[in-house]
Amino acid sequence: MSHYEAPIREPLILGHKSYHDITEDIARPIEGKANKNWYIAFYISLAAMLWGFGCIFYTVGTGIGVWGLSKNIGWAWDITNFVWWVGIGHAGTLISAVLLLFRQKWRMAINRSAEAMTIFAVFQAGLFPIIHMGRPWNAYWVLPLPNQFGSLWVNFNSPLLWDVFAISTYLSVSLVFWWTGLLPDFAMIRDRAVKPFQKKIYSLLSFGWSGRAKDWQRFEEVSLVLAGLATPLVLSVHTIVSMDFATSINPGWHSTIFPPYFVAGAIFSGFAMVQTLLGIMRKVTNLEAYITRLHVEYMNIVIILTGGIVAVAYATEFFIAWYTGSQYEDYTYLSIGSATGPYAWAFWSLIIFNIITPQLLWIKKFRRSFIISFLISIAINIGMWFERFDIIAIVLSKGHLPSTWWRFEPTFVDVGIFIGTIGFFFVLFLLYARTFPVIAQAEVKTILKSSGESYKKLRDDNHE
Amino acid sequence: MSSSKVIHAFYNDDEVVLDAVKKVKAANHHIEEVFCPFPVHGLDKAMGLAPTRLAITAFIYGVIGLGMAIWLTYYTMIADWPQDIGGKPSFSWAENMPAFVPIMFELTVFFAAHLMVITFYMRSRIWPFKKAENPDPRTTDDHFLMEIELLDNEEELTALLNETGAVEINVVDKH
Repeated sequence: MSHYEAPIREPLILGHKSYHDITEDIARPIEGKANKNWYIAFYISLAAMLWGFGCIFYTVGTGIGVWGLSKNIGWAWDITNFVWWVGIGHAGTLISAVLLLFRQKWRMAINRSAEAMTIFAVFQAGLFPIIHMGRPWNAYWVLPLPNQFGSLWVNFNSPLLWDVFAISTYLSVSLVFWWTGLLPDFAMIRDRAVKPFQKKIYSLLSFGWSGRAKDWQRFEEVSLVLAGLATPLVLSVHTIVSMDFATSINPGWHSTIFPPYFVAGAIFSGFAMVQTLLGIMRKVTNLEAYITRLHVEYMNIVIILTGGIVAVAYATEFFIAWYTGSQYEDYTYLSIGSATGPYAWAFWSLIIFNIITPQLLWIKKFRRSFIISFLISIAINIGMWFERFDIIAIVLSKGHLPSTWWRFEPTFVDVGIFIGTIGFFFVLFLLYARTFPVIAQAEVKTILKSSGESYKKLRDDNHE
Repeated sequence: MSSSKVIHAFYNDDEVVLDAVKKVKAANHHIEEVFCPFPVHGLDKAMGLAPTRLAITAFIYGVIGLGMAIWLTYYTMIADWPQDIGGKPSFSWAENMPAFVPIMFELTVFFAAHLMVITFYMRSRIWPFKKAENPDPRTTDDHFLMEIELLDNEEELTALLNETGAVEINVVDKH
């Protein structure tokens, strides 16, 4: 019995599915026509995206002055959004790489979409530093290229340059990891396509995957090694993002706990976004048999764990700010000063959305409820945005001298670009959901006999 | 004399095909290829395939990436144009090295991951515009196909394959 799994484990694939049923279920959203809801969502996202692009053109054409920045707050919404989007990306790699190393079978139903989310989120993140340069056509200056400026090189001592290397490595490695996993699934679509154009497109996308035994042997080895490489990579990315702050000497930023705390926060927000996206996707694409309550519960458990780490980090920051006795530490983003000052609304939004709301997930009934998980995931997305906003805007709003005090107010351009990236993200995700196999069907087929409901029932009945 | 005819045996269950491969091997037939819709554990061993060395290549590529990073940071920051940046020691790579650890790590991963995947694509002959070579479209859905060389032993082989649980057996010309 090579496909044994303890009966106490809940099934991961519901209903009486055969291998062919899995093929049919995954191919259906691609081969069918989009419904009205898809078009409504797509056009709203497209409108938001175009509005965002308009704001980007305005920024580049006029200058960074159209944002709400000043000489004291030189980073605000843009870097908040950058860190927020990078953080969201982290769950995808965590699901596909870390859970692969831990042999968690439940990852197979959600890894494809989570990785897609990673890639689309990192696209959005990458936009912000490039726009913030003001002269985006010079963005290639971040690369160590021989040049005409007396061979002036990039500064490898700078965390900002570490970020360039970390994020581009992360994006490109995630992309090949995703695409390699997609090859057998594209091949499946290719082999059942009836329309010649569709067949052509999917044979191009599948790179001529044939599924020989040797190919599968290499495929599994490559997946395992990529998972091994992606695991430290994903931890390094947010570590380096946190160093953008932690290597500075600002009170509130100069903190040694930033790297692990940022990584935990990234996974926390990323899982919340996976929860949000899959909550919608499983309904729209009729994949309820594959993305089950059990998957939602497991994700919620990861959310409780990483949310707990984040809460402990907040408490530590708050305690240390108070314990130093330094008046400059009394206006870090987690301090009595910020809880009662002009940014109290941002402080309390962070506490309510990020710390208090997720505690509801301790209750099993909520953890297994689709609708409550969905609502909590939205709260976490908001809370994690406020975390970054608080770290950046509150800390910068009170410098060492009263003459440097400034309140950041976003302009419509700041807001517009952020909304634009949300639109862009959903445009990409909606197109993906219509054209890509949204579940790694080849992998799901390998666990059908061990974790499929009907097979499990059959085995249990035989034992009795 | 090499035959141009092969026999295609279809199976619709991963456990059955694994047993079948073992039986066909035990009867001393040469299995040319097995096409599967998903990875079957133990199939490579049963077919007698050598273990893949891709993990070893990844290690070598990683070492190359690390070397590249060391050279790049040394050449740009120490040799070509040393600058005083925050008082960091620009005269000695070893003393400036802690600031280069993130770059060294990222380039190690970058080289290992991409070059390994490129090696995989080249070795398995998969790339854009490549034509698929699976003989039957069902092999990416729910059928497993065993391809066996035919040497004037069609009846014997067909009987053996039927016994192993094949759901369809075809003799085809291989071009």
